[in-house]
Amino acid sequence: MPIFGWVLIGIAVVLIILFALNYNSLVRLRNQVKNAWAQIDVQLKRRHDLIPNLVETVKGYAAHERETLESVTNARNLALGAIGKGVGAQSKAEADLSGALSRLLAVVENYPDLKANQNFLALQEELTSTENKISFSRQFYNDSVLGYNNKTQMFPSNVVAGIARFQADEFFEVEVPTEREAPKVSFT
Amino acid sequence: MWQQIRANQIRSAVLVAGMLAVLLLIGYFLGLAFLDSGVAGLFIALVIWGVMNLVAFFQGDSILLALSKARKIERDDHPRLYNVVEEMKIASGLEKMPNIYIIDDPALNAFATGRDPKRASVAITSGLLQKLNRDELQGVIGHEIAHVKNRDVLLMSLCSILLGTIVILAYYGTYMLFFSSMSGGRRSSGGGSAGGIILIIGIALMILAPIFARLIYFAISRKREYLADATSAQYTRYPEGLASALEKLGASTAQLQSANQATAPMYIINPFRKKGRPATDLSSTHPPISERIRILRSMAGGASLGDYDAAFRQAHKGGRGVIQPAAIASAGAVGLRAAEPEAVPREPEPSKLERTREVSDLMWRMNDYKTITCDCGTKLKVPAKLKRATIKCPHCGRTHPI
Repeated sequence: MPIFGWVLIGIAVVLIILFALNYNSLVRLRNQVKNAWAQIDVQLKRRHDLIPNLVETVKGYAAHERETLESVTNARNLALGAIGKGVGAQSKAEADLSGALSRLLAVVENYPDLKANQNFLALQEELTSTENKISFSRQFYNDSVLGYNNKTQMFPSNVVAGIARFQADEFFEVEVPTEREAPKVSFT
Repeated sequence: MWQQIRANQIRSAVLVAGMLAVLLLIGYFLGLAFLDSGVAGLFIALVIWGVMNLVAFFQGDSILLALSKARKIERDDHPRLYNVVEEMKIASGLEKMPNIYIIDDPALNAFATGRDPKRASVAITSGLLQKLNRDELQGVIGHEIAHVKNRDVLLMSLCSILLGTIVILAYYGTYMLFFSSMSGGRRSSGGGSAGGIILIIGIALMILAPIFARLIYFAISRKREYLADATSAQYTRYPEGLASALEKLGASTAQLQSANQATAPMYIINPFRKKGRPATDLSSTHPPISERIRILRSMAGGASLGDYDAAFRQAHKGGRGVIQPAAIASAGAVGLRAAEPEAVPREPEPSKLERTREVSDLMWRMNDYKTITCDCGTKLKVPAKLKRATIKCPHCGRTHPI
């Protein structure tokens, strides 16, 4: 075989290896994005699970805050119903839930007995942490999306992404302004 | 992030190779001097190093945790610590929840260990755990998780074993050189002036090699500390948390009882730190605390690695940064977040008396006693069965309706 043929084969082999490497790292990044998205769901679900317990505990001490308690329960039910109805609906429902929760926890300030309750303190820690975890998982999701999008748009991996149909992903943008400053539950 | 890790791996590999070269040089020379064969010495040095590495690789973390007298905790033992570690696990994208240990020691420190991110552990002293608020704890745990995520644990244990092997070989080599020269030289080859020259070169090598290796080791360690600080700020989006934790750490002088020279780089601050050391110290595993705080505090623009790098350059008046340019380019702008509401001055811990009172109040309440707080400060406990409509305070004599 002439030298020219060998060179062609060599170039083809290098191209195939490059393609495989880029393809694999695209798959890895895309899976990381998916996994990060799942993490957000896990934390949102954890918040839903914590709320009935919280409402019960507060009820024992502050029964006449019925309205606030009901609005939290309703917001939770709406958030549960919004699951699977798209990112927009879900993040709106979750934002409402955050708002209702922070109102409840502001009201709680008037009940020193409740604030001394061990069960409530444990719930308060769990809730603070869950809010943090929600915003950290969102942060990691966005970091992952950034890495993945860079890879799909930068040369040479963008060629591979074009052939194998890897599409850029969307960032988790918070539409509701109150949600933008990571839902902070104020306990002091 | 990936680029950062990869670029650092290359740079670190070069430094590790330098240390390995020092080790091989010593092995070769010792072999030449005592076995008449450099290759045999080389081989022995490599075997010692290899065995130590295997032990460290498979048993290192359990040995270290046992040595530090750390006890493992679960979620229920300390929910807040567990939660903060979990938060940082999520922020860093670590696949598996690290094991958490508490060291019962009033000294303030924390460290991470584990050869890969799947087998990581973080340990914190009970003293530090008590002193920090939530934001500060987050910064410290972020720093430790960053060590795990950046693979510093593996790198630094590799380096400290190399250093250890070099030091041991040099130590015994010096003795052996002295001994053999005193007893007139057991070796038949190379008598006279040639033997003298070998002896001098040998002693110089034995003295210089450990110093040289130690300097490389410290240089690697300090760089990794800066990087872990930067990564922690990126995870928490709140450099002030780590900065104020470092401030508390720096103010304390209690030394950790169970710290160990070889593992010093894994701690958040140097456990063997002495007061009043010069700020630019080449023989320390950690950069000076004041400088780390200054860099973190001057990260005004944001919390990304690039912002840390800019702050670092500013602190060092130009010069090279600590972060690889590729890594900065690949990460976008990263905003800062506000302080946790809890970071506002906390109430002081209730005293023992107050806590006892609280518990006894709780007991009364559980037995259906009603409490009435009198204006004089006395708490009256009224049994549920009491039929009277009013009650008199035994201290001041005021009457209260029931």
